[in-house]
Amino acid sequence: MWLTLLMALPIIGTGVIAILPKKNEQAIKQIALTTTLIVLAVSLAMATRFQPDNVELQFTEKYSWIPSFGINYALGIDGLSLVLILMSTILLPVVVLAGWNEPQGGRWSVKNYYVLILVLETMMIGVFAATDLFLFYVIFEAMLIPVYFLIGGYGSGERSAAAIKFLIYSLFGGLLMLAAIIALYVISSSQGGATFDLAVLSGLQMSSTTHNLLFLGFFIAFAIKAPLWPLHTWLPDAADSATPATSVLLLGVLDKVGTFGMIRYCLTLFPEASKTFTPLILVLAVISIVYGAILAIGQRDLKRLIAFTSISHFGFITMGIFAMTSQGHSGATLYMFNHGFSTAALFLIGGWMISRRGSSTIADFGGLQRITPVMAWMFFLAGMSSLALPGLSSFVSEFLVLVGTFTRYPVHAVIATFGIVLAALYILIPVQKALHGPITPGNENLKDLNLREKIAIAPIMAIILVLGFYPSPLLNVINPAASHVITQLGFSDPAPSNGGK
Amino acid sequence: MSFISPTLDYTLLSPILILLGGALIGVLVEAFVSKALRSSTQLTLTIGTLVLSLAQLWKIRNEQSMGAAMGSVVIDGPAILLQASILIIAILSILVIADTDHFTALAAALPGSEQERHSIQTGNQVTEVYPLTLFAISGMMVFPVATDLITLFVALEMLSLPLYLMAGLSRRRRLASQEAALKYFLLGSFSSAFFLFGMAYLYGYSASVSLAGIRESVVGGSGNDVLLLLGMAFISIGLLFKVGAVPFHAWSPDVYQGAPTPITGFMAAATKVAAFGAMLRIYYTVFANAEWSWSPVISMIAIITMLFGSFVALAQRDVKRMLAYSSIAHAGFLLSGVIALNKSGLDASIFYLFAYGVATVGAFAIVTLVRDSSGEVTDLNRWRGLGKRSPWVASAFAGFLLAFAGIPLTSGFIGKFSIFSAAYESGAKGVVFAGVLSSAVAAFFYIRVIVLMFFTDPMQDGTSVEIPSALTRSSIIFSILVTIALGVFPAPLLSFITTLATFIR
Repeated sequence: MWLTLLMALPIIGTGVIAILPKKNEQAIKQIALTTTLIVLAVSLAMATRFQPDNVELQFTEKYSWIPSFGINYALGIDGLSLVLILMSTILLPVVVLAGWNEPQGGRWSVKNYYVLILVLETMMIGVFAATDLFLFYVIFEAMLIPVYFLIGGYGSGERSAAAIKFLIYSLFGGLLMLAAIIALYVISSSQGGATFDLAVLSGLQMSSTTHNLLFLGFFIAFAIKAPLWPLHTWLPDAADSATPATSVLLLGVLDKVGTFGMIRYCLTLFPEASKTFTPLILVLAVISIVYGAILAIGQRDLKRLIAFTSISHFGFITMGIFAMTSQGHSGATLYMFNHGFSTAALFLIGGWMISRRGSSTIADFGGLQRITPVMAWMFFLAGMSSLALPGLSSFVSEFLVLVGTFTRYPVHAVIATFGIVLAALYILIPVQKALHGPITPGNENLKDLNLREKIAIAPIMAIILVLGFYPSPLLNVINPAASHVITQLGFSDPAPSNGGK
Repeated sequence: MSFISPTLDYTLLSPILILLGGALIGVLVEAFVSKALRSSTQLTLTIGTLVLSLAQLWKIRNEQSMGAAMGSVVIDGPAILLQASILIIAILSILVIADTDHFTALAAALPGSEQERHSIQTGNQVTEVYPLTLFAISGMMVFPVATDLITLFVALEMLSLPLYLMAGLSRRRRLASQEAALKYFLLGSFSSAFFLFGMAYLYGYSASVSLAGIRESVVGGSGNDVLLLLGMAFISIGLLFKVGAVPFHAWSPDVYQGAPTPITGFMAAATKVAAFGAMLRIYYTVFANAEWSWSPVISMIAIITMLFGSFVALAQRDVKRMLAYSSIAHAGFLLSGVIALNKSGLDASIFYLFAYGVATVGAFAIVTLVRDSSGEVTDLNRWRGLGKRSPWVASAFAGFLLAFAGIPLTSGFIGKFSIFSAAYESGAKGVVFAGVLSSAVAAFFYIRVIVLMFFTDPMQDGTSVEIPSALTRSSIIFSILVTIALGVFPAPLLSFITTLATFIR
């Protein structure tokens, strides 16, 4: 019942908010924050009961939902889903606290904003915990709606256009996946009973053409989500228009559904097709890494810059997944977790800078180091985490991905390493422009972070620093799950492995 | 020649007979009840009749009989389910129709004439709408259960004629409304003629007017195939016209736009159920064995209908026309249930028809609420910012649109999923792919309306949302609740349909 409890708590919070009067904004915010903190506490309690060495799904629940189609409400988590659920439940109170005054600028009330955020939290937990394909798909699609309203209702600039672009891209991918799901369902019903149970679906017999087509149906949907070049074009617009809190949830959590789906669904359901398409996907991943980094260097707008860095990062994650080594997999999973926090840090601090300055153009900042030292240092640290500075958490994951890829695909890994060099450029250029140098006129009176903002950013910074030195608690959870996937696919690591530690 | 007195099973026929009785009493009410009381009497009578009929239907839900009316009507699971859907949709529609502001004061008066002004001043109302609706509903109730061609044709006319009339009763923009009615009538007559022509061929083919007799000839394969093919083609044209499939769809945008909005909603929802009900019965029981001959054609029509409806809807600037093209696209989706020709296709089609019908009535009910001083505002540009002014109405409309788009957690998604998986199961992969593709296109224009309502600022032109009357409000609330409930907990209805829905032959 842990997982259902986790999913139910935000809904209960929504219910409480719904009965509060619209004007009582403080109470609404406090309830939203309290709810997310309770969810965090429960998820941490659940994590302590998780047995890392058990590769089977844990905390499983199963209830019949639509028996006519063999659809169950089935939940369960392994190391991969646990890590992503924890990432979501940690990020939510942070974004609620960090974006305390954000919803005021929206079209609609503060109340609706928190209702949407909390509904989204339920769906985020559900999408990672679902073990019934149909349930997963339902949440996968349904979660577009709150995000759509969050971007369109509370964002800035061309928010409606960005929201609709996001939605159409995602829906298109989702419908391709729906066609593939229908096909799987029909094939399963001809082979011993219609079901959406992943374990059964992964053992279906089908022709290799069907197998490949169905794989593509899933993969395109996930590649749009994760954004993989060339399906990424919705992301910069969405990130540009969304509020920082929404951007954090969108890039930090929702896009992970794409990479999560590649592991959980593409690899598990279609092992053969995954191998067939690996060369192509690796090329796309490498292009994403380099392309995202080069475009990030060229950005003048802070939010778009962060969006393009994410495209580069998602390239790394995808490469780690399809390298088909256990280090690659562990690295990719850890990368998903770390990217959630480094992007959150960048977007939140960037958001504070932008709202203080009233501009998101990087050139408008300058000399922040002297005016607002705390904010500048935090931004610097977040940037260093994004370029994977040794000693920070993202270094471990990037290293693992590169090592895992190199053992099987050395050329790809070498090209991807250029991405790291470029990363230094795309982070150091804005750091130099915005933090150092002379104070740009107009910046003289900017205020440094207040107590609320410091409290909000503290846990993220703590995670970035602590996991940099001491990643093993997380790796202990991730490694068994990662090697399990690799073993199931019939791969063994090419080079002698030290367990990825 | 001796006369055999017909044996009728009144219990099984009672839902239909109750409706006809109610309609006839309604005609008498028109004649004898004073003007002041007429409207409320008619409303009570109509709703009472519908509820009574539905209750009667519930009582006989487990009955099965070929002999209810000397073999010309069959009562079986699909029949009961379709009839119940029609009745529920009808009740929801009547609640919206009851808002008499939509109808002309005097249908016979020339638009703009002195007579018209006079009748508006005296508060005249066309309460004939109620008995007309009841007649149409009884026709719709017979259409999917008829098992001989004559009954089928009578039912077709009985459901069509009142609709032609009602399409012309709009209070505002009367000329457009009358044009729509005439167009509907003329094209409808053509399609009836085709239908009749097809009947003649089928009779020539099998020497029988009963579906069972024709089926025997099809199974036996003894007759002249040319006659069968021509008969099937012409009958199909008649049916495809009624459901608004391409290329027989030309009437629907104009009629949807011109007709009084509550009637449009009723027509779009209930006619589809009746026509698809008949189509399912005919294709599943009679033509099933000649699948080779019609399946490719109907598949092509389904694909074209889906794509055409979705793409043309993209260009619409009028909410009623947009919903008309969306209904064309949905006719295409429903056709994939006909093509499936399997048990899951039948179940899925019935579920889809009910879910789509309820959402359609709700959506059109909301269209009736958005008005300015001169009546309903159907220009989409003037729906801007509706979400700001009336968040509840806009949210409900968004809910219906999301259901049409087939977003999970709405009834539309379960419907789409079940009907596409049935079609895929039968091997119609091309149809499923086209369906998915056009769903993606369709999502775009549904979502554009949501953008207009929620993400753009209102225009200062006095578009306002009428406070719905209690009846309209309850219709909308019920529709949206059903739409969401069927998306989240479809299991009870699905299993109910699965147990009941088997055609008896």
